[in-house]
Amino acid sequence: MSDLPILDVQGLHKSYGKLEVLKGVDLSVRERELVFIIGPSGSGKSTLLRCCNRLEESNGGAVIFDGVDITAKSANINAIRQKIGMVFQSFNLYPHMSAEGNVALALRKVLKRPKAEAIERARKALHRVGLSDKAENYPNQLSGGQQQRVAIARALALEPKMVLFDEPTSALDPELVGSVLEVMRGLRESGMTMLVVSHEMRFAREAADRVVFMDEGHIVEEGPPDQVFGDPKMPRTRDFVSRINH
Amino acid sequence: MNSEITQWDRFLASFFDLQIMRKYLPDIIDGFLLTCHLAIFIVISGLALGLLLAVIRAYEFWLTSWLIAVFADVMRALPPLVFILLLYFGLPGVGLNLSGYAATYVTLTLVLAAFSEEIFRAGILATPKGQWEAARSTGLSFGQSLAYVIMPQAIRMTVPPLTNRTIAIAKNTALGTVVGVGEILNQATTGQSFSGNASPLVLGAMAYLILFIPVVIFGRWVETRFAWRRA
Repeated sequence: MSDLPILDVQGLHKSYGKLEVLKGVDLSVRERELVFIIGPSGSGKSTLLRCCNRLEESNGGAVIFDGVDITAKSANINAIRQKIGMVFQSFNLYPHMSAEGNVALALRKVLKRPKAEAIERARKALHRVGLSDKAENYPNQLSGGQQQRVAIARALALEPKMVLFDEPTSALDPELVGSVLEVMRGLRESGMTMLVVSHEMRFAREAADRVVFMDEGHIVEEGPPDQVFGDPKMPRTRDFVSRINH
Repeated sequence: MNSEITQWDRFLASFFDLQIMRKYLPDIIDGFLLTCHLAIFIVISGLALGLLLAVIRAYEFWLTSWLIAVFADVMRALPPLVFILLLYFGLPGVGLNLSGYAATYVTLTLVLAAFSEEIFRAGILATPKGQWEAARSTGLSFGQSLAYVIMPQAIRMTVPPLTNRTIAIAKNTALGTVVGVGEILNQATTGQSFSGNASPLVLGAMAYLILFIPVVIFGRWVETRFAWRRA
C-alpha cells in the first residue's frame, strides 16, 4: 500500500440553509486503500461522499483529489469526475439503454472513443462484474444485484483512480447483496481505491483497511476495523457499535 | 306520412346533394391539400421550437427562463384567433404585410411551441434526479447529460400529452378561414354560400375526418407503444 493520499478532505463544511451537515471534516484516503464510513443516518456520511466528486457543493474547506482542489471554481470538474467513479444506492442505470449502452456512453461521449472500441471496453467491464451474458439486456430485465453490478461496470469502464460507493447494497434484497459484495471484494484485490458508505458491517470488518465513524457532521473516530468494532475508544462509537452488533 | 317523406327528402337535398357535392369536390380537395401541408409545417416547427425552448430553459439562466415563461403563458392564454387577427390586420399598420397563410402558420406554430415547451419541461423535471447524478458522475457535461440521458426519457414520457395537444392545434388550421386561407373550412363555406346548400360543408366535415381520424388512431398507438415500464 502506498502512503500517497489520493484524496485529502480538509476542514470540509456543508450546510443546507441553517442545517449544518458537515462541521469541518478531515479525511485522507491513500492509494489502494478501502475506507469504510459508518455512522447513524443523518450523520453526514453520504453528503461527505457526494462532496468528493462535487455532486454536492461544499461551503468551506477543500477536497484535494490527485493533487487538485476540486472545490475550486477553476477546477475542470468533468475531467476530474472521469477519474472518480461513483456507485449509487438506487443504481441509477439509464432505463432507455442496454447494460452495454449504459457502460459505453461515457466512453463514447467523454473519452470520445470510437463506437467499436467503446463497446469492447464496455463488454470487458461487464465481464469483470460477471455479467458478460447480460450485455444486451435492459435495466428492467435485470435483478437489483445485476443492475448494481452494471452500475459498477459503468464506473469502472472509465478506469478511475478511485470509486465512491454510496450505500451500494441498501436497496437490494438480502439474497442479492452477496453478488455485489463479491464484485467489491474483487476490486479490492485488484488494488482499487475505494471509499464506501455502507451498513454492511461484516464486510467492513473483513475487507476494510480503515473504518471511519461519523456522527452529527464530525468524524468521531477512525482506525482499523478490529479496533473500531472491537475496542472503540469514544463513547458514541461504542454506543453505535454495540447497537449494530447486538 | 307523406309530409315526413318530404322532410327526409329536404334533409337529403340540403345536406347530401350529390350533384352539388360533385361540383365542389375539387375545391374541397384543394382545401384538403392546403390544410395538410399547413398542419404539417405547424407541427414540425411548433414541436421543434418547443423542444428548443425547453432545452434552453433547462439551463436555468434567469433571463432566458423568465422570457420563455412569459412567452409560454401569453401564448397559452391568448385565443389563437385573436393572435391571427392581430398579425393579419395589425401588422400592415407597421408596414408588414403577412398573408393569411403566414399569419395562421406563425400563430399556431407559436401556440404549439408554448404548449410543447411546457410539456417537454414537465418531462425533464419528472426525470429522476439520480439520472442526472449518474450521468454527471461519469464526466458527462450538463448538455451531454441532457441530450443523451435526460431528453430520451423526458420525450418518451411526454409523447401521450404531446400527441393530444398536437392534434388539437392542427385542427385549429380551420381558424385560417377568417383571414382567407383556402383550407378545408374556407372552401366548404364558400361552396355553401355559392350553392345555398349545406352539402359542401358535409363534404368538408368528411375531409376533416379523413385527415384526422388516422392521426387520432396513430396517437392512440403511440400512447400504448410508449407506455413503457420504468426501471
